[in-house]
Amino acid sequence: MKAGSNLEKVFTQGHFAVTGELGPPRGASVEVIEKKAGYLRGVVDSINVTDNQTSVVRMSSVAVCKLLVDMGLEPNLQMVCRDRNRIAMQSDLLGAYALGIRNVLCLSGDHNRFGDHPQSKNVYDVDSMQLIGIVKKLRDEGKMLSGQELEGVPKFFIGAAANPFGDPFEFRVTRLAKKIDAGADFIQTQCIYNMEKFRKYMHIAHEEGLTEKCYIMAGITPLKSVGMARYMAKFVPGLDVPDYYIDRLKGVEKKKQADEGIKIAVEQIQEVREIPGVRGIHLMAIEWEHKVPEILEAAGLLPRPSVN
Amino acid sequence: MVVAERKPIEEILAMVADFKKVLLVGCKGCVTVCCAGGTKEVGILGSALRIARKKQGNPLEVVEHTLERQCDPEYVDQLAPMLNDNSFDAVLSMACSVGPQFIAKKYTIPVYPMLNTTFIGGALEHGVWAEFCQSCGNCLIHHFGGLCPIARCSKSLMNGPCGGSANKKCEVSPEIDCIWHLIYDRMVELGQLEKLRPVFPIKDWSTSRDGGPRKIVREDLKL
Ligand code: SF4
Ligand code: SF4
Repeated sequence: MKAGSNLEKVFTQGHFAVTGELGPPRGASVEVIEKKAGYLRGVVDSINVTDNQTSVVRMSSVAVCKLLVDMGLEPNLQMVCRDRNRIAMQSDLLGAYALGIRNVLCLSGDHNRFGDHPQSKNVYDVDSMQLIGIVKKLRDEGKMLSGQELEGVPKFFIGAAANPFGDPFEFRVTRLAKKIDAGADFIQTQCIYNMEKFRKYMHIAHEEGLTEKCYIMAGITPLKSVGMARYMAKFVPGLDVPDYYIDRLKGVEKKKQADEGIKIAVEQIQEVREIPGVRGIHLMAIEWEHKVPEILEAAGLLPRPSVN
Repeated sequence: MVVAERKPIEEILAMVADFKKVLLVGCKGCVTVCCAGGTKEVGILGSALRIARKKQGNPLEVVEHTLERQCDPEYVDQLAPMLNDNSFDAVLSMACSVGPQFIAKKYTIPVYPMLNTTFIGGALEHGVWAEFCQSCGNCLIHHFGGLCPIARCSKSLMNGPCGGSANKKCEVSPEIDCIWHLIYDRMVELGQLEKLRPVFPIKDWSTSRDGGPRKIVREDLKL
């Protein structure tokens, strides 16, 4: 056991893991967090807290994680390289651990150009791969990057993201391997729609033995409407939404598209469960947290295992 | 070379609004090559300013001059005969932003930059320039097939393309090539793909901006 987080225990005890996601509010409201967290309580093993997602200023992910800890929920702290240099990152990591946060997901982050402060100066002192290495060094060597011994070692379960659909495809598994080498214990993938391509990706990863070294969770985002599907297909770089989902949603009347979207998500969950090496799902129900229990129930993933 | 472009005319007109007589100084170095501040551009801006001010009924006298370079004191010294009689209200420099600073260092007269110094780059085709280097002070491009991920990846990533790389383009804009896709293609072409496999260590930025303003001293060249 590296960190002893609930998520790590779920994996090590052989269960199929489920993580959810919570986008912090664009303001200081604790109620928003309580409400969203309420939908996820008891139905996921850990809750990712996004870090100024899409480069839009939101409540600090460390603060929100701490609120979740206080509510008796297990957070997964997302940390992006866009907004902090190595000094701020290490400092935030130490603070997060002291607050009871045990999982960290290391990301490069969306470019600030598209957020609400495109005039900001971005940082990118280190990249996501190197951030993984920083967390690992803190945890396994008990040292800062500088070599300074730590007064108290943060034992994090280290996560990273992977996008099987970014280009060049041939390099994507190599990137995954690099992240595992850098120290990633678990991987959450970008939302998967093109199942064929994902199967191919997982097949190579499995062949190369990567699925032995790391817990891979397939990213699932339910489509709420044909509009959303079209938007994702067109405007989210590195996302692959095949036409047949768009056609399928187009085929049902507007009021029923959400239900159809949920049906698709449940099917996708079943499909990824069949793929060798997939050890869990990361359900990103963007601003649709209240649908999470329903989706997981239908997918047969409830109740969640209790581990200790 | 340093690539620069002229500031918008409205911004320049606002800068010189209170002046009657200015010295407009071009540079025959990089900014001539990138067609931003050479003799020709000095002529164009000079005329534009005169015409605009004449229209306002508030004529501006613009004396035009172009130096060999503005980033060398020996050339900047050549402005002395013109500036010593205090007849000018200001100097307008059409060099990269080193020029106005060198002029400001030597002469007690307000200096205004006419250009925005944009980047270290090269010409892709006639009239198109692109950034190639961020002068990080410790060149690493031999690790990346001779291409720079520091300057040319929007996130300065050193370990491969981010999740936003699609169809060889950067997530930031379809106008921008994903340099990591180009690096990948190039390494495949060179038969060196395995060189991208190890995790590239965290960069030492102390040779970059983070060591404070940089300076090179070449004892062998000092007089
Ligand atoms: S590695 Fe540094 S010096 Fe070399 S091209 Fe890139 S920014 Fe310039
Ligand atoms: S898409 Fe390519 S160039 Fe753009 S930020 Fe990602 S890796 Fe860098």
